[in-house]
Amino acid sequence: MADDEKQPGVPPTGTGGASGPTGATPGSSEHSEPGAVAFSPVEQHRPHAPTVTGRHREGMFGIHGSGDTSGFGGLRLPAYAPAPAERPYGGWFDEVVDETAAALEEGGLVAFDEAVPQVTVDRGEMTWYVARDHLPTLATLLRDDAALRFEFCSGVSGVDYGEDVPQQLHVVVQLLSMTYRRRLRLEVCLDVEDARCPSLVPVYPTADWHERETWDMFGIVFDGHPSLTRILMPDDWNGHPQRKSYPLGGIPVEYKGAEIPPPDQRRAYT
Amino acid sequence: MTDLDDSVTDHTVTDPYAASSRETTEGTVYTVTGGDWDELVDESTGDERIVINMGPQHPSTHGVLRLVLEISGETVTDVRLVIGYLHTGIEKNCEYRTWTQGVTFVTRCDYLAPLFTETAYCMSVERLLGIEVPTRAQVIRVMLMEINRIGSHLVALATGGMELGALTGMTNGFREREEVLHLLEFLTGLRMNHAFIRPGGVVQDLPDGAEKRILEFCDVMDSRLPGFHQLLTGNAIWQQRLVGIGYLPLDGCLSLGVTGPILRSAGLAWDLRKVDPYLGYEQYDFEVPTDTAADSFARYKLRVEEMHQSLRIVRQCVEALEPGPVMVQDAKIAWPAKLSVGADGMGNSLEHVRQIMGQSMESLIHHFKLVTEGFKVPPGQAYVPIESPRGELGAHLVSDGGTRPLRVHLREPSFVNLQAAPAMCEGGMVSDVIAALASLDPVMGGCDR
Repeated sequence: MADDEKQPGVPPTGTGGASGPTGATPGSSEHSEPGAVAFSPVEQHRPHAPTVTGRHREGMFGIHGSGDTSGFGGLRLPAYAPAPAERPYGGWFDEVVDETAAALEEGGLVAFDEAVPQVTVDRGEMTWYVARDHLPTLATLLRDDAALRFEFCSGVSGVDYGEDVPQQLHVVVQLLSMTYRRRLRLEVCLDVEDARCPSLVPVYPTADWHERETWDMFGIVFDGHPSLTRILMPDDWNGHPQRKSYPLGGIPVEYKGAEIPPPDQRRAYT
Repeated sequence: MTDLDDSVTDHTVTDPYAASSRETTEGTVYTVTGGDWDELVDESTGDERIVINMGPQHPSTHGVLRLVLEISGETVTDVRLVIGYLHTGIEKNCEYRTWTQGVTFVTRCDYLAPLFTETAYCMSVERLLGIEVPTRAQVIRVMLMEINRIGSHLVALATGGMELGALTGMTNGFREREEVLHLLEFLTGLRMNHAFIRPGGVVQDLPDGAEKRILEFCDVMDSRLPGFHQLLTGNAIWQQRLVGIGYLPLDGCLSLGVTGPILRSAGLAWDLRKVDPYLGYEQYDFEVPTDTAADSFARYKLRVEEMHQSLRIVRQCVEALEPGPVMVQDAKIAWPAKLSVGADGMGNSLEHVRQIMGQSMESLIHHFKLVTEGFKVPPGQAYVPIESPRGELGAHLVSDGGTRPLRVHLREPSFVNLQAAPAMCEGGMVSDVIAALASLDPVMGGCDR
C-alpha cells in the first residue's frame, strides 16, 4: 500500500528486526554498524540551532499561481519555533533545572547546557530539548536524584513535523514525579536521515512498548532496546504510518452523485 | 488351547496397562490404557517446550488480544502479548480533520470509556487555546465521566466474571451497565461514541428532566451494586480464583508504568482526580480506595468501591449544576449559530431560519467557516492527563498553528498496563492468566488505537 510512498531518505525497513541500521542512509558511514550506540563526536559540539516545530506558510486556502487579487495569496507566516525560556522560569521549574545542573556537575557527567541546549516553558508545561547522547544519563539522574525523583515515565512517543522542518522527527518523553507531583517533558530532535535515539528501557522499563510503537509509527530506531519490533502494524509492513510523508489512504466515495475525495486529498485550510 | 497357553506364557510384559507407542508418518502415536500417566509424561515432555497460542479470537482474552504462552505442564513459563489487531489509525486520522472533528475519532478509542478520551483530548485542545470552559460544562463533564466510569467498571466485572465462569456476574454486570447506557443515551443522544464533549465545553445542554433521571439512576445503582458483594465477594470459588493471582507489587507497577486500580491495589493512593485535580474535582467529596494485596481480588474490590464513590460524585454534580452556558462564549471557537432542528426533524427550525435570514447572516457565515474550516489553534504542544477507569489517560497534542492537529497522541492506560501481563502471569497457571488479564481490564480499542 505504501511501498512507493515512502520518503526517499529511508530505505525499506523490512520486518523491523532488532536495531538494524534502518534509520541510517547508506551513505552515512559513522552509523553503518548495526546497533551502534556511539554517536558522531562532531554532533556533540554542533551549536544548537533553534528548535523549529512548525512549517512556514504562504498564502491562504492554498492559492498558488492563480489570478487571485484578493491579497490572500500574499500572506506569509513564518515557521513556529518555541521560544527558549528565560529565568526565572517560575514555580518549581527553576528548582528542577538548578537541581539537575548541580547533580550533573556533582556526578562529573556533563554540563546542563550541553545536555539540555534549550528549555522551553509554554502553557504551564516545561520542555527540555535534550541532546540525544545525554538522554539516558539525564533520565537516570532525573529518576534517581532525591531532589528530582521523576520515578514514573508516562510515555514515549514521536512527532513528525514534516519535511520542511529541520530535524523533523522528535522523540517526546513524558516524565512524572509522583513524589513532588511534577511533570516534565524531554524532547529529542532527530534528523530524518539519522533517526536514532538511545533507548530508555534500561531506565524506565515501561518505555519498551512505547518505543516499539514509536519505531513502528515513525521509524525512529532506539539503540539498546531489547527487541525493537513492530507492535501495532504487521511484522512485514512497509513504511512508518505516522510519518507525514506516508499517505493516509482512502478511496473516493460517491455520495448523491458527487465524488468525495479521500480525506487527505480534500481541500484543507490549515 | 495349547496355543493360547503358549502365548500367555510368552508374554514378557509384566504391566498389562503399560503404554506403548509406535512411530507413524504423522509422528509418535501413544496407546494409553490407564494408570501409566507418569510414564507417558516422562516420555513425552522432557525439555520440550509447549507453546500455546491464545487469541486473538478468544472469548477470554478481552477482545482481540493475542497471547503466546509457553508452558511447562500447567505452569506458564513465558508470556508474550501480541497487539495491533484493532489498530485503526485514529491518531493519524485526526491529523486530517479539524480540531473539533477529532473528538469523533478519539471517542472511538476506548469504547468502554469514550467520555474520558473525549475529555482528555478536549482539555488538551483547551490548554493549547488557552481557554477556560464554563463551570456548568465542567460539572457536566465530571458527571458524565463518573457515570461512564461506573459503566466501564461494570463491564470489567462482567467480562471478568464471564471469563472465570461466573456467568451470573456477567449477566448482572451487563444488566446494570444497560442502565448506564440508557442514561447516557438520554443525556447525550448516543449510547457510545458520544462526541458530546467538544473543545470549549459540551455540545449542548442537558435535556429537560436530566436531574431527575440521574438521581433515579443513582438510586437504582445503590440498590443493585451491593449485589456484587452478595454474589461474588464472599464466594469461595471467586476468592480461590482471584486471591493472590496476578500479583504486581508497587515497584513493579511504577517501573512498568501501570496506573489506575492496579496501582492502587498495590497500596499507592495515586488518583489524578485527587493529586492533580482538574475540572473542579477538588470540590467534590469522595475517597480513593486502596488495598495492599496487589492481586486480582483487591482490584475487583477496588472497582466495586470506586463505583460507589462515583455515585457520590454524580449526586454532588447534580447539586452543583447551576444554570449557565455550557460552551465558551468566544464565537470564534463555539459555533455561533444556535441551530435547532425543525418539527420534521430534518432541517433547521423556522425560527432559526428566520433569525439568520432576518437578523444575523454573519452568524451563519461564521458558523459555516467554523464547521468547514475549523478554528485555528496557536502553535505549541500540551499534555493533559486525566484519571480514566484504567489509569492515566493522557492526550499529547501538537499544533503548528493550523486548523488541524499536527499530532495527536493518546497515552492509553490499556496499552501501558498490558505490558505488565507477563510480570503478573509468568510462573502461574494457565487458568490464572485469564484472571490476571481480567484484573488488568484492557480495552483493545484503546490499546491499539
